Amino acid sequence: MEQKGTLTVKRGLAQMLKGGVIMDVVTPEQAVIAQEAGAVAVMALERIPADIRAMGGVARMSNLELIRSIMDAVTIPVMAKVRIGHIAEAQVLQALGVDFIDESEVLTPADDKFHLAKNDYTTPFVCGARDLGEALRRIAEGAAMIRSKGEAGSGNIVEAVRHMRAIGDGIRELTVAPKEELVSRARDLGAPLDLVTYVAENGKLPVVLFCAGGVSTPADASLMMQLGAEGIFVGSGIFKSNDPKAFSKAIVAATTHYDDPQAVVEASLSLGREATAMDGIDLRKVPESELLASRGV
Amino acid sequence: MASICGRFPRASCSLRVGSKPQVGVLALQGDVDEHIAALERAGAKACAVKTRAALDVCAALVIPGGESTTVIKLLDRFALADPLRERVREGMPLWGTCMGMIVTARAVVGLDQPTLGLLDVSVRRNAFGRQNDSAEVDLPIPVLGAEPFPAIFIRAPWIESAGAEVEVLASYGGHGVMVRQGRVLGTSFHPELTADPRLHRYFLGMLAS
Repeated sequence: MEQKGTLTVKRGLAQMLKGGVIMDVVTPEQAVIAQEAGAVAVMALERIPADIRAMGGVARMSNLELIRSIMDAVTIPVMAKVRIGHIAEAQVLQALGVDFIDESEVLTPADDKFHLAKNDYTTPFVCGARDLGEALRRIAEGAAMIRSKGEAGSGNIVEAVRHMRAIGDGIRELTVAPKEELVSRARDLGAPLDLVTYVAENGKLPVVLFCAGGVSTPADASLMMQLGAEGIFVGSGIFKSNDPKAFSKAIVAATTHYDDPQAVVEASLSLGREATAMDGIDLRKVPESELLASRGV
Repeated sequence: MASICGRFPRASCSLRVGSKPQVGVLALQGDVDEHIAALERAGAKACAVKTRAALDVCAALVIPGGESTTVIKLLDRFALADPLRERVREGMPLWGTCMGMIVTARAVVGLDQPTLGLLDVSVRRNAFGRQNDSAEVDLPIPVLGAEPFPAIFIRAPWIESAGAEVEVLASYGGHGVMVRQGRVLGTSFHPELTADPRLHRYFLGMLAS
């Protein structure tokens, strides 16, 4: 008796990634650097979010030959992104054999109303969320892992902080809500009652929660872990810094020992005097239409 | 459903001398909380180990599921590999699940991946395939009784070859997936993701023996 693609094995892979760092890479060589630094997985992309942001236009699923060459280059899990609601891109990535699919607002949405029916797939999905309602809607659709959206490619942690705090606050509010309120809370959150009840009773999501969007330094990683992230996605923060090898190692160390400021000091010192993190963007100066986080709610 | 999500554990071992024996779960990366909860359900006092000081006060250690390349590097980077080897050679029971078994093994087939070399086996990583081949299996494990064990394999390794002192306690698809050598236990699958306490109890029994 052998069952593949169950909720348990899909959510289970995300559980194995906890406490780790998942890094965006655009070449097999970068994937090897990430693995050597101690990444628990890589996100295979044609362009990192900072470049997607700079180029504009339509961002799609990455070139399959590139994704396959990254799968061949490393032994850690390989993730890849599909456009929100793009059924065929998701089927293609599953057939290619990637380990995790990110239904991502960083790419240009294919469907402006609906996300994928993710329970239909053997491959697990991760989705972004800005608050508890979004997180629970994605879980209801079948997401096996949630990440904060943050504002990808901005080098600015403020949106990720906002989203992690919103998700955490939403969870804490439910744990003290009287039972009589749960149905109307579910209505207000726009989420199914069974998931709202699960969160009220357990004080946590039923799937792993990572932080994504704007992590650029070891201290950023420690901050997000202290705010309740179970692990970290780093997109542009590594390969837009001036020393990717040093930044990737330091962010991994600061994630593991997020609760030990001395260890974060050592991780930060390991970067050396010349280290500079990626350039950041003041998001108050970015027009609403260029923000990625408001895509797919 | 034994899914446990929440903040990644802070280092949690009590360093006080004379406190009740603690079973540590190596907490550099992986599904640490799930093992801590399962050990406590099985009757032990369990804690998260991130430092040498915490390792020194543990009576037994579990290396959880996670990514083996990550954890072996972090063991080395944080100078935990040698103290861990020393504790196990002195008789501390050790159990590696999935990633933990890979890290504990003597060698990894086809990869130049360093390991702790505490279990005389060579393992093949991702032996059953990538994530799409991850599966739940009813696995017969004679030492746990007649009832099959709900084994959860996630990008799991198998035992490619084992030394003379290694006992193969369960096999699947023609390969060992649970092995024991003295006080070192290895499983390819994840008992911490199930509600079945038998394997955690079995491991605690190794502490008593």
